[in-house]
Amino acid sequence: MAFGAFQSNASTAAQPSGALVTQRKSPIALLLLLPGVLYLILFFLTPLLSLVLTSFQAPVPGGFAGDYETAFQWQNYTVVLETYWPHISRSFVYALLATVFALMIGYPIAYVIGVKLREYPLWQALALVLVIAPFFISFLLRTIAWKQIFADEGILMSALKGLQVIPPDAYFTGTPAAVIFGLTYNFIPFMTLPIYTSLEKLDLRYLEAGGDLYAHPATVFWKITIPLSLPGILSGTLLTFIPAAGDYINASRDFLGSTDTQMIGNVIEANFLILQNFPAAAALSLLLMAAILVLVTAYVKRSGTDELL
Amino acid sequence: MRGFGKYALYVYAVITFSFLLIPIAYTVGFSFNDARRTNIIWRGFTFENWVTVCDAPNVCEALGNSILVAVVATALATTLGTMIAIALVRYRFRFRSATTLLLFLPMATPEVVLGAGLAAQFLTAGVEKGLVTVILAHTMFCVSFVVVTVRARVATLDPALEEAGRDLYASPAQVFWRITFPLLIPGIVAAALLSFALSFDDFIITNFNAGAAMTFPRYIYTAAARGIPAQANVIASAVFFFAIALVLMSQVGGALRRRKLART
Repeated sequence: MAFGAFQSNASTAAQPSGALVTQRKSPIALLLLLPGVLYLILFFLTPLLSLVLTSFQAPVPGGFAGDYETAFQWQNYTVVLETYWPHISRSFVYALLATVFALMIGYPIAYVIGVKLREYPLWQALALVLVIAPFFISFLLRTIAWKQIFADEGILMSALKGLQVIPPDAYFTGTPAAVIFGLTYNFIPFMTLPIYTSLEKLDLRYLEAGGDLYAHPATVFWKITIPLSLPGILSGTLLTFIPAAGDYINASRDFLGSTDTQMIGNVIEANFLILQNFPAAAALSLLLMAAILVLVTAYVKRSGTDELL
Repeated sequence: MRGFGKYALYVYAVITFSFLLIPIAYTVGFSFNDARRTNIIWRGFTFENWVTVCDAPNVCEALGNSILVAVVATALATTLGTMIAIALVRYRFRFRSATTLLLFLPMATPEVVLGAGLAAQFLTAGVEKGLVTVILAHTMFCVSFVVVTVRARVATLDPALEEAGRDLYASPAQVFWRITFPLLIPGIVAAALLSFALSFDDFIITNFNAGAAMTFPRYIYTAAARGIPAQANVIASAVFFFAIALVLMSQVGGALRRRKLART
């Protein structure tokens, strides 16, 4: 059920021409569109505008903490960039690494389900359920589970220390590696499902043709399978990278991170909900969004597919 | 060598599947832990937590709130999204690409930004944060997913069926309710289930817009600092088994139907 959304990126681009033929102009269209579009304008677009306004606000002179007034204090941006530069760059590095690892883990799985298991629909269905199974247990509890599995005094670490695989003072939770591990784990299904959708549609005769023409299996894979699954790779990497860059659960101190692993999401949360420094939180949010939009546009352009919308 | 490669791929897949399941098994396992105060160390097997689910302070209240929010947000988002999906496939109108962009952007925006944006707006407008603001926020991010899911279904509908209805002098309303809508139901159901799942497990946007209201994910987040009661594991496990049973039924059922069709 959950993967319906993730196939979309590829499938909606190719609307059957039959449906386009019957498209007509009618006032009904407006009635159908208006409520939803107005809703999104009210609760998606104007909040972005509020963020812009908030990001330029200045503290009320002599006011309480959390009192701000409309101003054009653009220095808010330079201040947050200077203060939080480590968090910003860390977010993108962690998200990038998690995306690469998730791709390395997710692609072979998607290949097994979409190509190898194609003749066994029952096994294919069961394997898909296994991939989406993590969605059905709370995201936070999954992450807590890893934290406790890797706890300093936990079974795993004690066993490894006992076997002298790792030094007795070694630890894993709270390190950048643990945060990247958590991000990778949590987003593997988001990576696997779109790639699976692409591979599921792959015509196996292309692969046979490659083999018949004496291409090495590796050549067939790199020259045929990978290019044909590119739309899936594209949406999978975006569906992993974007939420990973903004995530603040894995990097939180109560989960897999520590004060040294705080990401941009953590500082937005802290500024907004604890320090009540709304302008800083707003400026950081907009910087994050702008950076992601720039990166995503460049990435989509480079990959040469316009199948995103 | 090729045989070995094939074998290696399956081994790799089995290892990855096990890896995916480890935290699930851990969470379910520790719902049976005789935990007493902190549910970190295994102290022995008990059914106690399953019987006394609601004994942990506020956990059932949080679950109730989560269900309420998910039901209302799903109903709203499914209605709004289905209408947009039909319009996108069936009608020509101006600002089409602007509409598509408006639907795509919420999916490409990180949750922190969506959450902070709405919270900033509620702050400016002086709206008190609570369950209502959570529902408004969830509806917003679910709409796009509904549109995408239902639109795929609308696009596969054969327009000839509707034409046949019109040829037989059915009114536009009759064509819609007797032909189009019943054919769309599988897509709408899938979209509603997806919305429910997204809303039920959402933490980030909720955290920014909930004020004092508790949802189940927020409960876990606040409890994480001082130790999560085993009852939270019980609830998560129960939800997991319920969802997995639903999905298994639909997936395996579908696979069996396909196999039957392939044979005949």
